Amino acid sequence: MDHVAQLLLELGLLFAGLSLVGLLARRLGLSSVPFVLVAALALGEGGVVPLATSEPFIEAAAEIGVVLLLLALGLEFSADELFASLRHHGPSGVVDLLLNALPGFAAGLLLDLPWQGALALAGVTWISSSGIVARLLGDLGRLANRETPAVLSVLVLEDLAMALFLPLLVVALSGGGPATALAGTGLAVGAVALALLAAQRQGHRLGRLLASADDEQLLLRLVGLTLLVAGLAQSLGASAAVGAFLVGLALPTSFAERARTVLGPLRDLFAATFFVAFGLSTDPGAVLPVLPAVLLLALVTTGTKVATGWFAARRDGVGRPGRLRAGTALVARGEFSIVIAGLAVTAGVPQLGPLATGYVLVLAVAGPVLTRLADPRGARGTAVTPA
Amino acid sequence: MDLEETLLPGVGVRYRLRTSAGEVLGIVVRREGAAELAVYDRRDPDRARSVLRLEPDEVDAVAEVLGAPRLTQRFADLSREVPGLESGRFPIGAGSRFAGRPLGDTRARTLTGCSIVAIVRDAEVVPSPGPADTLLAGDVLVAIGSVRGLEQLEARLAESA
Repeated sequence: MDHVAQLLLELGLLFAGLSLVGLLARRLGLSSVPFVLVAALALGEGGVVPLATSEPFIEAAAEIGVVLLLLALGLEFSADELFASLRHHGPSGVVDLLLNALPGFAAGLLLDLPWQGALALAGVTWISSSGIVARLLGDLGRLANRETPAVLSVLVLEDLAMALFLPLLVVALSGGGPATALAGTGLAVGAVALALLAAQRQGHRLGRLLASADDEQLLLRLVGLTLLVAGLAQSLGASAAVGAFLVGLALPTSFAERARTVLGPLRDLFAATFFVAFGLSTDPGAVLPVLPAVLLLALVTTGTKVATGWFAARRDGVGRPGRLRAGTALVARGEFSIVIAGLAVTAGVPQLGPLATGYVLVLAVAGPVLTRLADPRGARGTAVTPA
Repeated sequence: MDLEETLLPGVGVRYRLRTSAGEVLGIVVRREGAAELAVYDRRDPDRARSVLRLEPDEVDAVAEVLGAPRLTQRFADLSREVPGLESGRFPIGAGSRFAGRPLGDTRARTLTGCSIVAIVRDAEVVPSPGPADTLLAGDVLVAIGSVRGLEQLEARLAESA
């Protein structure tokens, strides 16, 4: 078969397969991320459908997937929302960091990872999946609940923290000492502050530069600018993902709404490819031996996330059942744990691949199930239910 | 009345209204324009129950139903607070000489001293209308002014073509 035909057939099968997997996940009321990972694990070397021809494309698309994921994340929150969250829930963010990153770091050291790998594992256990959690709250009809602002604030603060954590991690992974890592973080803090300030003062100019009544024009300008900034950030030794996040952050709220709509489908496509690429690069045989460690770590960090949500909701004066709902809602880890692990694997800590895969598989499924159990009356459905 | 507004980062805004009957109404307005209405569980007041989801066009319909009388009510409240200032609602009859003509043609401000603050057209409200806004038969004008001015305005609007 000629090369092009082979490539198209492989990709066609891949995306059709992803759609089936996504459908199954939706039926079960779960995120599609763990299902895509399992499917990709099965596809890897010696799998059912070998993806030999399309591998280079998938790898390139995965890079774009990360960039678009982070751009969408930056577009998700406005600077005002970030500042409001920081004001009301700053302490919750600190508790979140201490309770959830430290177990990951300790586990990394205990599992004989280099300290850079342990740092990456700290990030994996720290960041909840804002995608899974936000969708879950909507699906379960909890948006009007009193604990929900606390949950969302923790998510916003984690996402902001990602912008600082990723450069630190990238510098550490590239072999820099503590001093270079610190300098890298300093640079990142400056860049984030600048982007936020720019969004408030000059955001409308950037918005006008990109704005167009034509969706095609808008998409091309937005993706063009983002890839330029991401590439520049990457060549400066920072992460491309951070560059993309800053672009999303600097865009004004008025523009962000339309950008999200236009960007959505493209992001979904490339992000799915990214999860496939990550699953492909992981040897399924290597996941089983680390499974006991993964389960233990998942158990511990489930407890610490519940404690985080409990703490944050209590600050808002929410009662015990609501605190439990908030805590369990935050348990799910997903896309950003994979982004962090992906950076570490590329930088030469391959042991993290199976660990993070197993960990996200467990918690992306267990988190949503757990928070449904925490609210037995709400679990039956979200339609109008008689009291 | 106790209306509390809370930012829901990445989602929208949540309002909580405690009614005088003691019930709490929750309204989540999403960024995309959809909304959710909820009341709170008696046993767990943090938990919303009976969530009603409205698509953006449904939100608009509900807002119009509830919004039109409220706007005129607000003017009535406003004029009650200022002695000597009254408000009135004046329908434009099919025979009025101003039906189909711009609001400016009534020269209401010049001749009667009254301000037209809104035009109510079916369920729709045009707040602060300008002189170029066209009046249609069946419209109701909401105006504020002195008692005498409002009487003059009523007579003027009733003039037949």
